Amino acid sequence: MTAVLASSTTTDPRRRPPLEVSFSRLGRSFGTSSDRRVVLRDVTVHIRPGEVLAILGTSGCGKSTLLRAAAGLDTPDAGSVLIDGTEVRGIDERCAVAFQEPRLLPWHTLQANVAIGLPKSSSASAGKAKVAELLKLVGLDRFAKHRPREVSGGMAQRASLARALARTPGVLLLDEPFGALDALTRLKMQDLLLEIHTAQPTTVLLVTHDVDEALQLADRILVLGSSGDGPGSTVKDLIPVPGGRPRDRSSRELAELRRNLLALLGVAAH
Amino acid sequence: MTAPTTPAAAAPPRSRNRGSGSARRVRGALLGLIVPALLLGAWQLSSATGTFTAVQLPPPGAVAAAGAELLERGELGVHLGISTQRVLLGFAAGAALGLTAGAVLGLSRTADALLGPTIGAVRAVPSLAWVPLLILWIGINEDSKVTLILIGAFFPVFTTVSLALRHVDRNLVEAGRAFGLTGFRLLTTVQLPAIIPAVFSGLRLALAQSWLFLVASELIAASMGLGWLLSDSQNNGRVDRIFLAIVLLAVLGKTTDALLGLAQRWAVQRWA
Repeated sequence: MTAVLASSTTTDPRRRPPLEVSFSRLGRSFGTSSDRRVVLRDVTVHIRPGEVLAILGTSGCGKSTLLRAAAGLDTPDAGSVLIDGTEVRGIDERCAVAFQEPRLLPWHTLQANVAIGLPKSSSASAGKAKVAELLKLVGLDRFAKHRPREVSGGMAQRASLARALARTPGVLLLDEPFGALDALTRLKMQDLLLEIHTAQPTTVLLVTHDVDEALQLADRILVLGSSGDGPGSTVKDLIPVPGGRPRDRSSRELAELRRNLLALLGVAAH
Repeated sequence: MTAPTTPAAAAPPRSRNRGSGSARRVRGALLGLIVPALLLGAWQLSSATGTFTAVQLPPPGAVAAAGAELLERGELGVHLGISTQRVLLGFAAGAALGLTAGAVLGLSRTADALLGPTIGAVRAVPSLAWVPLLILWIGINEDSKVTLILIGAFFPVFTTVSLALRHVDRNLVEAGRAFGLTGFRLLTTVQLPAIIPAVFSGLRLALAQSWLFLVASELIAASMGLGWLLSDSQNNGRVDRIFLAIVLLAVLGKTTDALLGLAQRWAVQRWA
């Protein structure tokens, strides 16, 4: 593995450095003017370059909406998202997204699907090498020629992750990427994500509803939820997670933090 | 003993059991021949027993003889060749235009609102109504006939493509957009491959429609082709040749459809 990691940092001089992300006073509502539903209100948070930020919240609280605003897939109606100091307008070359579902093209091989993530500027031979390298990184090199339906859900999700990495993003946006996987596969994927983050440092925004996943992966945890007087969700808390990664899943310090987080999310820790 | 965490991965890609599949296909094809064979038998029997006069229903042998005679004189080959050529040209042009227009109206709500009603009205015009106009504008020649067939082939492809494009998996399209695909590249990378099965359904309908419009184009103002053979034989009272033309149209139509069906099976396996 270390050989792969070493080579991946040397063969790609055009890689973007990790980029800073700032949400400032971001708001988003849906629906018609008569029937308006505020989802996000006044979200302000700065994410340092290379940081892993977990976005935690109950379902429907606007986690994905926040991520989609950073990806340029959705336009906020108030405030702005800045990446590296410049505002996000539309699909942003500097970001790459992995969704909850793999969303691979079923008529392509895994290899061809990963290649879709390559930046437009990359040459054919460099792209091919990059795809091979990424498939190896996510452990799919033996399955490069398989179609998505011929592999398991976890493998498809790894291919989806590789496709996002192919973009050499400055910001990696992950929308519950492991949410649909079984518990064991999810743990393996979390470890893989940490390996990838070491090999190809980027800023990571990880939407999740899994408190343990957030504790395991994040530098800080952003808790979204309703607070104060206004409608919709806003920043309820921003909690740094202590300790270097990988973390001991059973540490007492994390157990305490888990209890607090669950309480913030309105769940009793029995 | 221990189940692998990735069960589908452990197995090689599902190998389709081609042997038994093709055997089943051959059996299906043979089953499909039973009814035509029975019809042929009934035809032969009814003309042999004199249920119908030879003018109403010439026996199969007479029809075959008429075919052999035309073949010997070199006429049958001309009729078959020119009709097939017209169908293929008109079908290809109509399908290409239908695909283009279907893509534009299927992807752009504005284009659909602007052009949809007009195209719908044009579709409602019966095929024969175009004939006088096409003859007036284009003249009595190959172009006017191919154009009529083009009109017939256009609509099935246009309709299926424009409808199917509206129902492409939104998640896939969004993923494509998220990776910087837009416009034509998004269309060719995500949207068109996603609707390949629907495109082929449209193509098969269009091909059937092309043969229909062929006869319409050859019944009037033609000097060769299967449609002309029909109307000429009617004028000369050659019922055997009328039967010959009808049987040939049926066989040609079915054969070209079967070929397209093979292509469809391949494409669905490749893209679905």
